[in-house]
Amino acid sequence: MANGEATRRPALLAASAVLAHVPGLVRMGSKPSRELERDSGLEAKIGASLRGFDEAVGYAPNQAFVGLLHPREMGPRPHFSQRLEGAQRFGPDGEIMPEEEFIALLALADPFKRVRLASPLASRAAEALAHHPLHRYFDLQALKQAVGKPEAEVARDALGLFSREGDCVASVAPGHEQDSNLSAGVLLENLACKASGSLALMHLMDRNDIDPASIDYVIGCSEEAVGDRYQRGGGNMGKAIAEMAQCREASGADVKNFCAAPIPAMVVAASLVAAGVFRRVAVVGGGSLPKLGMKFEGHLKHSMPILEDTLGAVGVLIGEDDRVSPLMRLDSVGTHRVRSGASAEAVMEALVTEPLKRVGLRMTDLDEYATELHNPELTEPQGSGNVPERNYRMLAAMAVRQGLIERGAIGHFVSTRGMPGYAPTQGHVASAFCYAGHAQRSLTAVGSAQRVMMMAKGSLFLGMMTEQADGMSFVLERNG
Amino acid sequence: MFEGKKIIAVGERDGVASPAIAACLEAAGGRVVLAATECFV
Repeated sequence: MANGEATRRPALLAASAVLAHVPGLVRMGSKPSRELERDSGLEAKIGASLRGFDEAVGYAPNQAFVGLLHPREMGPRPHFSQRLEGAQRFGPDGEIMPEEEFIALLALADPFKRVRLASPLASRAAEALAHHPLHRYFDLQALKQAVGKPEAEVARDALGLFSREGDCVASVAPGHEQDSNLSAGVLLENLACKASGSLALMHLMDRNDIDPASIDYVIGCSEEAVGDRYQRGGGNMGKAIAEMAQCREASGADVKNFCAAPIPAMVVAASLVAAGVFRRVAVVGGGSLPKLGMKFEGHLKHSMPILEDTLGAVGVLIGEDDRVSPLMRLDSVGTHRVRSGASAEAVMEALVTEPLKRVGLRMTDLDEYATELHNPELTEPQGSGNVPERNYRMLAAMAVRQGLIERGAIGHFVSTRGMPGYAPTQGHVASAFCYAGHAQRSLTAVGSAQRVMMMAKGSLFLGMMTEQADGMSFVLERNG
Repeated sequence: MFEGKKIIAVGERDGVASPAIAACLEAAGGRVVLAATECFV
């Protein structure tokens, strides 16, 4: 292999993860908004169950999300009733942004000036953002221009954004009165995705001293559909994020695949680097506003705070081998084929057994598996079970069947090669993607792992074009 | 045992998908009127 080709081995150069704590927007999640229409008495119950910012910061799973602790270090549950000592807003992978600053970021993400901010919120947010570590990315002049009269806008045709306390703090006007794809609600979802994704990319560059102009391509892997009535899923959130994050030399595109999207997006990015098309490709998944409060009924039923009050966003940078960063093994990519079958066993066979066999690795050669890392405190109260544990027990059972571990060692396999779920129920973000920063630490000087598998699944059947599911996996390996 | 029965088959993403449930119950004589697989995350 020539030297030029050797340097094209794709590596995970950097990763970031951010949360936007948006309790006021919980009412606008798909499930809460539908239930609020049916039951006006719910408004007060939801309002009384929303967390404050300090509670959200002190929540151990949120601290794990921004990299301040490893998910295996979160301690015993329940986490929601404890506030982690020493919890911080900023972590090695990103931050937990408070609602006012995030609503201001929505205005900064909005080139068509559909977002109007109440003056008090705009003033407070401008002051906070001026002192933010990423302040050079924020156009505070544009923030001043976004000041308006949200209540008057709402009286016309705009959607009101309300604080946790119920005050109207901003509005989003529709993009076109006759196009439901540009309704205020859709624009809000897309702006929330763009703003949070851009924040993740800004943190990625800032923390790793990466020049925005050095990024050639930004692949969006978010869940929202950007488009108009003639192209409902027109897309390219990737380029919109590239622009907001000042990646002026970058182009972009999106990879869509329900919750699985980040993994194929990373594989596409690595392939572009390996082929020499681009040197540095960012993959960014912004937050999913419709999933806020998705399981809120379970939380209310069990007298818990509504824990799905954060938008999650993740960014990774894939580039040429720097001799330090973990390598993305493109020969290890596992795919769920049309013929693979829909059972959980068949999916795991396709994503784990087959690719590992192909590259001569055993399941026990992998130190960690990053799979669906949904926080069980969000899913269990509503009867949806412990998703990561289910995945890890299935993996352990496969290792038993392959004669790699004893049946009695299943628990040890789950606790050492797996981890407790810690991600908000933001599908694509929770699907291994949020673990990228932790994986990078595990596979470099600070950690001791040799290999981490990243694996995601997507429920394609929800879109009613096929009864198939999908999934993809790959192995990250220590460099050198 | 499902002769003459109308069946609603609800599958789960991490468990058994609805086409598999429908195939089994149709083989047992039932008539599937609705089959859907749900994703709870």
